[in-house]
Amino acid sequence: MKLFNPYLLLFFWMIVSFTSFGKSIRVKAGGSIPNAVEQANAGDTVIVSKGDYTVNELIIRKSITLIGEGMPTLDGQDKGNIILIAGKNITVNGFRFINTGRSNTDDSAAIKFFDSSYCTIEGNELLDTFFGLHFSNSSHLTIRNNRLISTADREFETGNGIHLWKCKENLIENNYVKGHRDGIYLEFTTDTEVINNTIENNMRYGLHFMFAHDNSYIKNRFKANGAGVAVMYTKNVLMKENIFEQSEGSSSYGILLKDISDSQIIGNKFQDNTIGIYMEGCSRSEFTGNLFTQNGWALKLMASCDQNTFENNNFINNTFDISTNGSVVLNELIGNYWDKYEGYDLNKDRIGDVPYRPISLFSVIVEKIPTAVILWRSFMVTLLDRMEKVMPSITPENMIDNSPKMKPNDLNTTHP
Amino acid sequence: MLKLLKYALYDIIQSRFAILYTLFMLLVAIAVYQVSEDMSKVSLSLLNIMLMIVPLISAIFATTHFFNNLEFTELMLAQPVKRSHVFLSQIIAVVVVLSLALILGFGVPMLIWGSDMTVLTLLGIGISLSIVFASMAFLASVSTRDKAKAIGISLSIWIYFSLIYDGLVLYMIYSFADYPLEKVTLALTFLNPVDLGRIIMLMQLDISALMGYTGAFFADFFGNIKGIVISSGILILWMAIPAYFSMRRFAKKDF
Amino acid sequence: MISIQHIHKNFGKLKVLEDFNLEFKSGKSYALMGPNGSGKTTLIKIILGMVIPTQGEVWVKDKPISQSESYRSLIGYMPQIGRYPENIKMKQLFAMMKDMRPTQKDYDEELIEAFGLNMIMDKAMHTLSGGTRQKVSAALAFLFRPEILILDEPTAGLDPISVEILKTKIMQTRESGKLVIITSHILSELEELTNHAIYIHEGKVVFNDSIAELKEITGKERFSAAIASLMEWSLKKNPDLKILNHA
Repeated sequence: MKLFNPYLLLFFWMIVSFTSFGKSIRVKAGGSIPNAVEQANAGDTVIVSKGDYTVNELIIRKSITLIGEGMPTLDGQDKGNIILIAGKNITVNGFRFINTGRSNTDDSAAIKFFDSSYCTIEGNELLDTFFGLHFSNSSHLTIRNNRLISTADREFETGNGIHLWKCKENLIENNYVKGHRDGIYLEFTTDTEVINNTIENNMRYGLHFMFAHDNSYIKNRFKANGAGVAVMYTKNVLMKENIFEQSEGSSSYGILLKDISDSQIIGNKFQDNTIGIYMEGCSRSEFTGNLFTQNGWALKLMASCDQNTFENNNFINNTFDISTNGSVVLNELIGNYWDKYEGYDLNKDRIGDVPYRPISLFSVIVEKIPTAVILWRSFMVTLLDRMEKVMPSITPENMIDNSPKMKPNDLNTTHP
Repeated sequence: MLKLLKYALYDIIQSRFAILYTLFMLLVAIAVYQVSEDMSKVSLSLLNIMLMIVPLISAIFATTHFFNNLEFTELMLAQPVKRSHVFLSQIIAVVVVLSLALILGFGVPMLIWGSDMTVLTLLGIGISLSIVFASMAFLASVSTRDKAKAIGISLSIWIYFSLIYDGLVLYMIYSFADYPLEKVTLALTFLNPVDLGRIIMLMQLDISALMGYTGAFFADFFGNIKGIVISSGILILWMAIPAYFSMRRFAKKDF
Repeated sequence: MISIQHIHKNFGKLKVLEDFNLEFKSGKSYALMGPNGSGKTTLIKIILGMVIPTQGEVWVKDKPISQSESYRSLIGYMPQIGRYPENIKMKQLFAMMKDMRPTQKDYDEELIEAFGLNMIMDKAMHTLSGGTRQKVSAALAFLFRPEILILDEPTAGLDPISVEILKTKIMQTRESGKLVIITSHILSELEELTNHAIYIHEGKVVFNDSIAELKEITGKERFSAAIASLMEWSLKKNPDLKILNHA
């Protein structure tokens, strides 16, 4: 039996050195955080006591841990960034950041990361920062339990909440982002998990990503963001059990999907949006077990979409279930529940015996002349739709669900 | 006046129509609640009844009642009472019966199975449209001596407001699709009480869709207090104006 | 009592009454006669305020009727066909009519008893026969002891016994010095009940005097023969024939 395995010894030595040799440096109220950071060596912890500190452009390159006690406030006094980080194994925990600069040219942020990895940003509060957390060219980041709240009135007065550019393998979890331009912005960011965040009332998009492949978005809540959620030019996305709600407006979407392929949209809830999902140039994606309720349009499927499958979704109380701009439709509808379905089920297999056409004549008319929406639910429009159902002439013939469910699908999700 | 109304009501409430209409509304409400207990589904199912059936029945009933009651009206006119009071007691009795039928017919199921703002608004619109169409039916009735003709006019008014008008509006929107028409269409909805009631309901059922595109204009209008006040004001005008003109005609009418 | 002055009434293009003048005095009973369409029903309705004259004014007790509806409390009116709210009971009808004239408390309920209406007060109006309704109409006309009685075909549809009861009642009323105006197609009845004949033709008064005078002018002994010749004369449109009386 080899008790003294040299590798095991090395491992122990490392643990011992990190715990016993890493020292703590305390900054008392009125003290200087930059000085403490200056003094600290890799592996040290800087503990900042409760109090107000003015911090500008504090640069951290060492692997240190910065801990706030009782939420000390770091005030950027409306100038530039508060902290700049470029390093490994850096943790920032328990601070309140206020008043960054408001410049669009240098993207002022509470904390800005460059070329960093294995960093953890946890339990911080960011009030009225321009950008909140800004990461470039970094990886293995953990962004957890932060609150980012901006009270700007107009879109150009605020930046993005959590902004990742060219980052990979990160975890963004349990954050709350409100009032920024985009709540979470990801560009060229891959293999990232976005879990359990609440993103609301942001000016532009709750979640906005481009060229951000292989990411997953699970159990997030996107509420009342200016234009909803926009995802573009990306493949292999997993969106699961999120809630998209209250995106109401002339160009507001639960999700805007543009050039998305090979992705899965599963078990999400779309409620009270002007448009639940707007799709353009999307292909080979699966939409399964989603609930669409009380949206103006549950789905707007542009003719440029193909080979998408919509299976076992529930469409309940939407004004229009699906509308499209073309007559050729190359997508599949299977086993969805449509509350507007009026067919019957003679063989009692819970699948309607008559196929369902979710596109109504009037939705085609409204697509061409938006003002006509004001006539919705009038007797005349009801008559027109009935006639069209009997003798389809304008609506796309192959936009059809051949196995509509008689009762809503059991979605097995536990949305709050 | 109150005495006249008392006896007019006493008579009309015991009429077969009042009982049948209340029962009919009750059956409809029970049927709708049986199909679904989801309030927005209930509202949707009731919507066409309130916008179509209720005005139709109101118009026909008010017209028939006016003519069936002509002798009674004559009897009253020979008494020392004011003509305007005779008229008001008649129209109010009709309106009360129509409204009571709705309130009882829907109220009981609503108490049992619950309701929400949408269903209550719908009930309010049903009552308003009953009054509007009763009022127009009275105008048709005092304007002609012939019962069949009056029923014909009332039916035409109903078809016009619930079908033809919207067709014309759609045609107009279609023809002038390139122009900004929001304000014009808004004004046009004011010229049709059924549309007005329908749009107030759209604001509750389809607000998400209305927020899209130019619909946001309507949502802004009907969504704020000013819009609500204006639209209910116009609905009241729709009740009052035909009633006022029929009262004036009634004051000069020969019996 | 009633003074009709320069009344014009058109129904559309049709002129029913043209510059029509007539006086009714209390203590007299008038037979209002004329062929169908002569304007007598219109005249009654104008007096009652049910038809509004195109021009002119009616004065009741020296007050213009267009000003106030209160004069109608002086009038008891029995319509040709009495139709009543279907769903109310007879006692409610009487209660209602009493309610309409709250100041008049001295009711004449003689006819209610004479016709046996008090036995069937609980019946709904729509269950009543035409004759019974006529009885109700008659009872209502006399209920308030009105100073003016206007009876439109009062005996039509009544059984002989009831006719006698009603006639007696009319004569009693006449004797008590009230104004009675009757239209009827039964001439013998008119001769019996009235002492003054008014004959209207095409909206004009052709004859207006006592029945005795009528017989004298026409030279006929019998009332019906006198009326027949009056009709003949008026139909010939005798230009000399304007108003036949001694005035």
